[in-house]
Amino acid sequence: MDWGNILELSLRELIGVQAIVFALAAIGINVQFGYTGLLNFGQAAFAAVGGYGIAVIVTTYDMSFWLGLVVGIVGAIVLALLLGIPTLRLRADYLAIVTIAASEIVRLVGRSAWGRDVFGGSDGITGFSNAFYDLNPFTEPFEFGPFQFRERVLWVLVVGWVLVAVCTLVVWLLMRSPWGRVLKGIREDEDAVRSLGKNVYAYKMQSLVLGGVIGALAGMVYSLFQGAMQPDVYATNFTFFAYAILILGGAATVFGPVLGAAIVWFAFQFIDLALRGAIQQEYIPSWLMDANDTGAVRFMLTGIVLVLLLVFRPQGILGDRREIALDAR
Amino acid sequence: MPDDNLSLTAKREAAVTALADVPREPGAKKPDPILVADDVKRHFGGLLAVDVDHVEVQRGSITALIGPNGAGKTTFFNLLTGFDRPNSGSWTFNGRSLHGTPPFKVARAGMVRTFQLTKALSKLTVIENMRLGATQQKGESFWRAMLPFTWRSQEDAITQRAEELLARFKLDTKRDDFAGSLSGGQRKLLEMARALMVEPELVMLDEPMAGVNPALTQSLLEHVSNLREQGMTVLFVEHDMDMVRDIADWVVVMGQGKILAEGPPETVMSDPRVVDAYLGAHHDQSLAELEEQLETGTLAEEVAAELGQEPAETVAVERTGETKDGR
Ligand SMILES: Nc1ncnc2c1ncn2[C@@H]1O[C@H](COP(=O)(O)OP(=O)(O)OP(=O)(O)O)[C@@H](O)[C@H]1O
Ligand SMILES: [Mg+2]
Repeated sequence: MDWGNILELSLRELIGVQAIVFALAAIGINVQFGYTGLLNFGQAAFAAVGGYGIAVIVTTYDMSFWLGLVVGIVGAIVLALLLGIPTLRLRADYLAIVTIAASEIVRLVGRSAWGRDVFGGSDGITGFSNAFYDLNPFTEPFEFGPFQFRERVLWVLVVGWVLVAVCTLVVWLLMRSPWGRVLKGIREDEDAVRSLGKNVYAYKMQSLVLGGVIGALAGMVYSLFQGAMQPDVYATNFTFFAYAILILGGAATVFGPVLGAAIVWFAFQFIDLALRGAIQQEYIPSWLMDANDTGAVRFMLTGIVLVLLLVFRPQGILGDRREIALDAR
Repeated sequence: MPDDNLSLTAKREAAVTALADVPREPGAKKPDPILVADDVKRHFGGLLAVDVDHVEVQRGSITALIGPNGAGKTTFFNLLTGFDRPNSGSWTFNGRSLHGTPPFKVARAGMVRTFQLTKALSKLTVIENMRLGATQQKGESFWRAMLPFTWRSQEDAITQRAEELLARFKLDTKRDDFAGSLSGGQRKLLEMARALMVEPELVMLDEPMAGVNPALTQSLLEHVSNLREQGMTVLFVEHDMDMVRDIADWVVVMGQGKILAEGPPETVMSDPRVVDAYLGAHHDQSLAELEEQLETGTLAEEVAAELGQEPAETVAVERTGETKDGR
């Protein structure tokens, strides 16, 4: 087994596009769930709206890429308002139910036959990313030690990590401000915050919108990277994966979502390659598993790691143990 | 309980004088009411939890709201502060109708309440709990929040005010601890101090003394009577009759959702039933018994008779009868 090669390929994933996409999705959920206590189980819908915004505007309607960006973001804001207006006055569970349903609605409408002319059906939409790659300032591959990145990937990585950095900075600034304090108060007890003269409904709405817009950015990065907008990428497991990443990294911490995403994608790749190597070398007998099983096994191992984490470090990697201890009181 | 440091201050004297000529009857008109409620009713299924005909709270006074468990005191608080909706009724605060006003606007109008089941924000530190109470914070708007220089100086001022209050409530040593790590009594203190950060005109305290140890009780009493000194009006629910007697200028007795009696503490509390139930003269008499008596209307009768208010008697008895039929 070539451990050097395995490590190299795994490290690429650590800073790869998947890590960016899920870091963004998890940052959005962190604002909503980590800091405000809102259960948005429809982050996939926000990402899909972001992706469709560009794809539909550029490919279907042949309009400008920049308009597509705006439409994607405005679409996410509208979706947040649609989901929030009826539910944010109610108990927390209502938002959870409505968002999980909305997430499937967006995906099913996207892949529906009757919407094919606009959304491209289950095959999705392609051919909208040229304007983005035309902006690429990199003209040759980038080499860094053993790593080599082609210019296309490099461009996505740079833009993606800048987005992650900006979103993280915004969250950091907001959460140390009085605005963030109101959010954290709402997470603890919204009636107490109401009794102090804060418009809880408006704050929850702002939180939902902000997290949704960041989720839309995740979808944009992913579809630009793929050069295709495929609805089935944004099934509910997209959302739950982002939640797992957030909880692993540490909810209600500024860097938790980023760290969680990087670690998960690193571990995914590492486990996958290590298993494949072990099977090839017949360290693992073929009656136990073959190379086709590695995809499933890495999910099992991820699950085990998450369970162990919740047992031994329920606050996540970056979380504060003392906060969890308070829950027991 | 020593009364010296609660001796008649000018403000207390003023409040007592203002209330001197108010008739000792349910729904009595006050010379300068800050809060006036009319016909407030709240049903829970077949239960009429609140059925207040008329009640006024005198500005600048400390008014106690007492009554047995389940009398409807907390529900009445919830209705007044917008946390619950009445089936009917209206009320004004400072002459402004607050019917249908959401809780946050009620608080901004200057009417701030605490909760019977304390609501400390566990995962915020004590000082952050306090800061949250301040109103009109620039940094609470989304866009300005990202520009610390726009709210930093206000934040410093708020922090200073919060620290002064914490010192007054003997919580300054807990400044940076999570509120969730405080004891039950300390949380009560924190909640009260936090409510004061809103700079309210009317403070509504739901059982501020419950679970607070006797050593702290005295200082809490001082805090509450200090509120009046600072020009605030206090309406509090309390089962501790010592506290009621020591600091209240006026007492309103509630039972089965209705106002049964009103008057200065001495008058109301010389009623044998109230004395028995609340001072524990007969420890064997349970509140359940008192409720029973309420149901049969004997308390209303007695209170009214005690106060020598014939019309009030008939009204009270009639209304008690109504509830029984309604059930
Ligand atoms: N949400 C609710 N649903 C149904 N019944 C309720 C509700 N809230 C209160 N009640 C009923 O209304 C009555 C008044 O309750 P409330 O909490 O106002 O009493 P209280 O005077 O504050 O009593 P305590 O001194 O024990 O706090 C009780 O009989 C209670 O069971
Ligand atoms: Mg109560």
